[in-house]
Amino acid sequence: MIRSSAVEMASALAKGEITSVALTQLHFDRIASVDTDVHAFLHLDTDGALAQAAAVDAKRAKGEKLSPLAGIPLALKDVLVQKGIPTTCGSKILEGWRPPYDSTVVTNLKNNDIIILGKTNMDEFAMGSSTENSAYGPTHNPWDLSRIPGGSGGGSAAALAAFEAPLAIGTDTGGSIRQPAAVTGTVGVKPTYGGVSRYGLVAFSSSLDQAGPCARTVLDTALLHEAIAGHDPRDSTSINAPVPNVVAAAKSGDVKGMKIGVVKELNGDGYQPGVRARFDESLELLAKAGAEIVEVSCPNFEYALAAYYLIAPSECSSNLARFDAMRYGLRVGDVDGASAEEVMNLTREVGFGREVKRRIILGTYALSSGYYDAYYGSAQKVRTLITQDFTSAFTKADVLVSPTCPTTAFKIGEKSNDPLAMYLNDIATIPVNMAGIGGMSLPSGVADEDGLPVGFQIMSPVMKDERMYLVGAALEAALLSKWGAPILSKAPSLGGLA
Amino acid sequence: MSLTYDDVIAKYEPVLGLEVHVELNTNSKMFCGCSTTFGAEPNTQTCPVCLALPGALPTVNEKAIESTIKIGLALNCSIAPFSRFARKNYFYPDMPKNFQISQYDEPICVNGYVDVEIDTDEGLKKFRVEIERVHMEEDTGKSLHVGGATGRIHGAEYSLLDYNRAGIPLVEIVTKIVPGTGKYAPEVAKAYVGELRDILRSLGVSDVKMEQGSLRCDANVSLRLIGAEKLGTRSETKNVNSLRSVERAVRGEMIRHAELLNKGERVVQETRHFQEESGLTRSGRSKEQAEDYRYFPEPDLVPVEPDATWIEELRAQLPERPSVHRKRLQEEWSVPDKEMAAMINADLLDTVEATVILGSDPTKARSWWLGEISRIANEQNVSVKELAITPTDVAEIVSLVAQGELTDKLARQVVEGVIAGEGKPAAVISARGIKVVNDDSALMAAIEKACAAQPETAEKVRAGHLPAAGALIGAIMKETKGQADAARVRELLLGHLGQA
Repeated sequence: MIRSSAVEMASALAKGEITSVALTQLHFDRIASVDTDVHAFLHLDTDGALAQAAAVDAKRAKGEKLSPLAGIPLALKDVLVQKGIPTTCGSKILEGWRPPYDSTVVTNLKNNDIIILGKTNMDEFAMGSSTENSAYGPTHNPWDLSRIPGGSGGGSAAALAAFEAPLAIGTDTGGSIRQPAAVTGTVGVKPTYGGVSRYGLVAFSSSLDQAGPCARTVLDTALLHEAIAGHDPRDSTSINAPVPNVVAAAKSGDVKGMKIGVVKELNGDGYQPGVRARFDESLELLAKAGAEIVEVSCPNFEYALAAYYLIAPSECSSNLARFDAMRYGLRVGDVDGASAEEVMNLTREVGFGREVKRRIILGTYALSSGYYDAYYGSAQKVRTLITQDFTSAFTKADVLVSPTCPTTAFKIGEKSNDPLAMYLNDIATIPVNMAGIGGMSLPSGVADEDGLPVGFQIMSPVMKDERMYLVGAALEAALLSKWGAPILSKAPSLGGLA
Repeated sequence: MSLTYDDVIAKYEPVLGLEVHVELNTNSKMFCGCSTTFGAEPNTQTCPVCLALPGALPTVNEKAIESTIKIGLALNCSIAPFSRFARKNYFYPDMPKNFQISQYDEPICVNGYVDVEIDTDEGLKKFRVEIERVHMEEDTGKSLHVGGATGRIHGAEYSLLDYNRAGIPLVEIVTKIVPGTGKYAPEVAKAYVGELRDILRSLGVSDVKMEQGSLRCDANVSLRLIGAEKLGTRSETKNVNSLRSVERAVRGEMIRHAELLNKGERVVQETRHFQEESGLTRSGRSKEQAEDYRYFPEPDLVPVEPDATWIEELRAQLPERPSVHRKRLQEEWSVPDKEMAAMINADLLDTVEATVILGSDPTKARSWWLGEISRIANEQNVSVKELAITPTDVAEIVSLVAQGELTDKLARQVVEGVIAGEGKPAAVISARGIKVVNDDSALMAAIEKACAAQPETAEKVRAGHLPAAGALIGAIMKETKGQADAARVRELLLGHLGQA
C-alpha cells in the first residue's frame, strides 16, 4: 500500500479497504524501519497524526463529504509553522521553538483532512542544494545512501522516494522543490509566486520563496496543489484570482498542438550526458504525443545565478535579523552582566551555520550604502530582463522546458567545500523564481552512466500553472508505458530499504 | 549663559528643519489587526506579526493609508501614484524584526507647505514652511530599563520589553530647510507645529497629544553667519513635548550653537535631548558617523498605488482649514488681530471656541481664559490646559454672572475653587457659601449705614458730584463682604440720594 499513489490510497480509503489510521500507522512503521538510514524527518507527530486520522475516519464513517486527499499522510518541510509542533528550519537557532500559530499552508492541509506525519529535514533556512547544511545532519538519497537528496527540501523529496509519505510540502526559492525532485525521481512543483500563501513560511528570500506540492505522480501533485493554493489576505503578495485548474490538466494530459519551447541557454555545455539523453528522449515522446517542439532563446539567463546570489542574500540578511534571542529560540551567553547586544551576537554566532552566515554577510554587504546600486540595484535590473526574456519566450511557446539540473545526485561531501559548484546546481531552476512563474520537475528516467534519476523541468507563465500539469501528465504517461512501472521501482537501494 | 538672544541674531541666521512624528488613531496597528488602545497590560496587544514570529507577514492597514493621504492633501502635497515601503535595518531589542518598515525614497506624499502667521514688530507676517515629504512607518516597542540611577540602558540591572506599541502606525512629516525666519525662528517653529497639530486634529486622524507622545517633534537647528551661503552644522533635538518646548528648544539651541561658534569651536552633528526643567538640551547619540540602515524595498508588501478618483474623493472631504476657520471665528467674534494672535499664541483658541459653543459670550470667554485663568497658570508655572478647569466650567460661570447669580469678583473665587480642585462651579459655590446679596432691603440697610457714616460724601453725591459715590460703594461692598452686585448697589445708592 505505501508504494501506491495518493490517488490509489484515497480510492482504498473511500472503498473502506483501509482506514486512515491504519494507513498512517503503515507510514510510521515504514519511517521507523528506514529513516535511521534516510534521515528525512526531523520531528514526528505520531499522536497528532493518528488523532487527525481517527477524526477523518469518523467523518468518513458518518458519510461526510471529504476532500480528494482526506486521510492521506503528508510530510511537511520544517520551514512551515504548525501550531505546537517544533519548527527548526534546519537551524540550531530555532531549536525547541514551538510556533503558537499555523501557517496558511498547514491550515489548508488541515481543512482538507490531510494527515501531517511530521517535519522534514532541510538545508538551514532553505539555503543549500544538498540538505548537508542542516544543523541536524544530512538526509540521504534513497537511491544511493551515499548521495545527496538535493536541497534545500531534501527531506521532503527523500520521504517520497523512500515511501515514507505519498505527499510532501516543499518550498522553492531557487530550486529547492524541483532539484530534490529531480535527483530523487519524484515530482515537485513551484507554483506561480503568490499562488500559495507564504504566511507562516519562515522567510529566506521573500520575493523568491514559494511553497509547493511534492508527490510521486503528476496527478497526486496537482491534487495537493489545489488543496494548498488560493488567495490569502494575510499575505500581501498573494494573488487574488482563482486557482488554475491543475487537477483537470493533470487528468487530461492532452498536449496536441501545444508549443513546447526548449530554452537554448539551458541545454548546452555543463550538462551530464545522461541528463541530456533523457531530456532529448522526453522531447521526442512529447512530440509523439502531438506537441510541437520549438527552440527559444533567453539571452539574459546567463546572469540569473549572479543576480540571484545578490537578491536572495540581501533579503535573507534582513529576514534573519529577527533571530536575536530576545523573544524565542536559542539564547547563548545570557549571564550576569551580559548586554542584550552581547547575547544577540553570541547567539547568532553559535546558532547559525556557515552557509547562513556566508549569505547574511554577502547580503549585508550588497545592501550597504555605496554598494547598493552596483549590487542589489543591478541585480534587480537583471531580474527585470529575465522576466522580459520569459515574456518574449512565452509568445513563441506555451511552456518552456529544460533539464531540471545539470547532473544527477552527487556524493555527500563532494561539493560542501565549494559553494560555487554547489550554486551551479540551480542554474536552470533559478530563472523561474526570478520571474515568479511556475515550474515543475518530474522524472524523465535514469542516466545511463550512473543509473540515477534525471529531472525534466517544465515552466509555465504566471497563473497558467495548469499548462505544466498538461505537459507533465503527457510525459509521465509516455514514460510509464515505456518503463512499464514507475521510475522509483528502478531504484537499486530502495529494494534494500524495503 | 553669556550670550543674549539679541547677540545671536545680530550675527547669525538660524536655519530650521522640523520632523514631526504623528501616531495615527486607527483602531488597529499598521501591519496587523492588533488593537492600538493606549495603556493596556504589557504585551497583551501583540500577535505573530507584530512580535515578528518566524513566518509571520505584514499586511497594510488601509485606514492608515487613507489617513496619510488626507494629511498629505491638507498639507498641500502631491500624492504619489506609486509609492513603496522599505526596510530600515538596524538591531535593537524593542524592534521585533530588527528592521522597521518605513518609506525611504518613494514616500506617499511630497512637496507641500504650511503657512503660519507670526506677530512681528511689523505686524502680522506670513511665513511659508515647505514640506518635503510625508511618509508612513511603524512604531517600535518600548524598553523599560530597571535598576541603575537614570532609567537609561547604561547601568540598568535588566530591561523589560513591551511590544504593545510595536507596529502602531506613525506618519512622519518632514520639512525642507526653513531659512529666512531670522529672529522669529523659535516662534515660526512653534507656530508650524501648532498649525500642523490643528490641521491633524481637524482631520481627525490623530489624538495629537504632545504630552502623551502621539505627536512628537524633532527640531533641527543650525546657524550660519548672516549673508553666508553654506549651511552650518545642525543638531537634532528630540523629546520636545509641548509647543512651548519647541520654541524654547530652538531658542536654546541657537544660543548654544552661537556660543560654540563664537569661541571658534565646532557644532557637533548629533541628536540632543530637550530637558523640560532647564530648557537646555543634553547630548545624545552622535551622528557624525552616519548609520547605514541598508534600506531596500519591503518585499513582503506590494506597492501602494492609490486610485486617482479615491484621492479626489478624499480631497473633497477635507474639513475647513484651521487658518480659514480662525479667520471665520475672528470675524464672528469681532476680535482685533493682536488679540487673535495672542489667543493663538497662548494655544487657547480651541478652548475659547469650546466655551463659546457651550453658550458663552465670546468676549467673556476670551477674557476669562486669557486673563484670570492664564494668570493662575502662570503663577503655578503650568500650562492652562493642565489646570482642572474646563470650557464647561467657564461657560457655566459666565452664565451665572450674566444671570446676576455671581458678581465678577465672586466668579473669580469660583474659578479659583475649581482650579484648586474643589469641584464643579456649583459645588464650589455651595461649599464656599458664595452667593450674591440681591435682597434690596439688606442692601438698603447697608446704604443707609454708609451714608450715615460718611454724611459729607453723601451730600456731595446728592449735589450731583457722582464720582464721590465710589467711596460709598466701597464701604457698602465691604459691609456686604463683597457678595453684593456692585451695579445694583450703585443703582440703589444713586436712587437713595436722588440721582437716579
